[in-house]
Amino acid sequence: MAESYPEELKYHPEHDWARIDGDVATFGVTWYAQDALGEVVFYDPPEVGATVTKDQAYAEVESVKAVSDVFAPLSGEIVEVNADLSGSPEKINTDPYGDGWLVKVRLSDRSELDTLLDVAAYRDLLT
Amino acid sequence: MSRYTSATDADRKAMLDAIGVGSVDDLFAEIPEGVRLGRPLELPAGMAEQDVFEHLSELAARNRHSDVETSFLGAGMYDHYVPSLIDSILGRSEFLTPYTPYQPEISQGGLQVMFEYQTAISELTGLPVSNASVYEGPSAVAAAGYLAKLETKRTRLVVSRGLHPHSRETLVTHAKGYGMTVVEAGLDDRGATDLDALAALADEDTAAVFVQQPNFLGTVEELGTLGEAAKRTGALYIVAADPLPLGILESPGALGADVCVGEGQTLGNRLDFGGPSFGFFAAADKFIRKMPGRIAGETRDVDGRRGFVLTLQTREQHIRREKATHNICTAQALNALAGVIYLSWLGKRGLVELGELMVRRTHYARETLDLEQINPGPIVRELAVRVPDIDGVFERAREAGINPGYRLGRDYPEYEDGLLVAITERRTKADIDRLAAVIGSVREEVPA
Repeated sequence: MAESYPEELKYHPEHDWARIDGDVATFGVTWYAQDALGEVVFYDPPEVGATVTKDQAYAEVESVKAVSDVFAPLSGEIVEVNADLSGSPEKINTDPYGDGWLVKVRLSDRSELDTLLDVAAYRDLLT
Repeated sequence: MSRYTSATDADRKAMLDAIGVGSVDDLFAEIPEGVRLGRPLELPAGMAEQDVFEHLSELAARNRHSDVETSFLGAGMYDHYVPSLIDSILGRSEFLTPYTPYQPEISQGGLQVMFEYQTAISELTGLPVSNASVYEGPSAVAAAGYLAKLETKRTRLVVSRGLHPHSRETLVTHAKGYGMTVVEAGLDDRGATDLDALAALADEDTAAVFVQQPNFLGTVEELGTLGEAAKRTGALYIVAADPLPLGILESPGALGADVCVGEGQTLGNRLDFGGPSFGFFAAADKFIRKMPGRIAGETRDVDGRRGFVLTLQTREQHIRREKATHNICTAQALNALAGVIYLSWLGKRGLVELGELMVRRTHYARETLDLEQINPGPIVRELAVRVPDIDGVFERAREAGINPGYRLGRDYPEYEDGLLVAITERRTKADIDRLAAVIGSVREEVPA
């Protein structure tokens, strides 16, 4: 897929994105992250109910050549995980913003939203 | 191309001139004065080649060799026959000389051999996943403890006193490093792991329970029953086994083992000076991402042809760093190669025949020696007996060109005057009769 960074998402400097929908946010990794990792071969989702903390790692994504921590852009409680990825981890490469979503989190502190980057600021970071 | 080319003074001068340095000493100019030795190393002067030969011959003559001395010494490494086929294959430069031969582009032979080795270990242990080998048995035991920690996040390890003393010590040393405690379950009056003691120790904080098969005394343990007790509170069941008797014993995997590790020396490796050899590591499928060591995998290349590669390397420390499953990122490839050649040479039937031979001869030794038995239950290759006047026996045996075995009292004070006698296919009936005669002759002299 061609390099892209959707306008409506918020971004974290560790190459993670967040899609806000009320008080629930969906997290994933950006095009840049999946490109750097290479072909993703394994992803073990965290447990529903687990707490995630902004800026801390909540899972790992494994490619043929590396393992990378995935960082939470925002804090909250995991309410849903993408179980599909256990069988088809390559969706993280082919559709990082859609079918490659990682977790859905009920946010605990909306003020954290102010710390995230918009697409322009994130693109700046990449250059 | 020459095998060795030394540098002359002229060569050295040319090299120094090329880099604009006056002398070799100048290359060390950065080393501070305060840490310089300031004098030549205290080494004796060089000797003429002939003198070196005489000196080394004299030192070598102090060694006892199991081809000359009749040895009943076991205790973890065993005097089995190693066929010359092994040396003839190991000596091939393609196997003997490469360093870390893991690039699939030029190492298909080596990687395939690792894959075959892993398959053989899987079959012997009854567990689906095996790595390409680790250094030796005791460190494999310690690595299994770490896997149990990764899997359960608990802090306690329960180990049978039947495990080799070196394995227990190594486990304790490593466990300290990765923050776990080790407690020991004792042996019963038949030289087997005390089931009640083991069951009592395996609590909610126990990550793994270790049992050895056969145990250090040579006893064949009840792996199934011990395993049930071990796993009751969710601990992993880890069996340390000798691979050769697994040819005639039920596999640890079939009896509930989650992980099976061990010392591989008995597969095609001579005793040498106690090494090098290899350790093996096999586990149930669900632990594959937590396993240590190299893993060879089968795959297809771009043209659809079958090939072999290293796989799951993201477990290893050169990629995963401090979160790796272990610090090892190598294998004892040459020794493991000897192991898989040995198994191929024996074949499945040969392995069984060898096992049956050892069992028969070991029981013959038990009857013929006619000594008080520390482990009167099932044995396959080794037995533990009490010997009156054990010092006398060692002295008389040495004179007769026999090594009678291992003094158990060294590691098990409760078996003072205990002797561990190993019977491999190299020990004939006549050898056993000679040992019995030596012991008998000493007994006759013991005052009533």
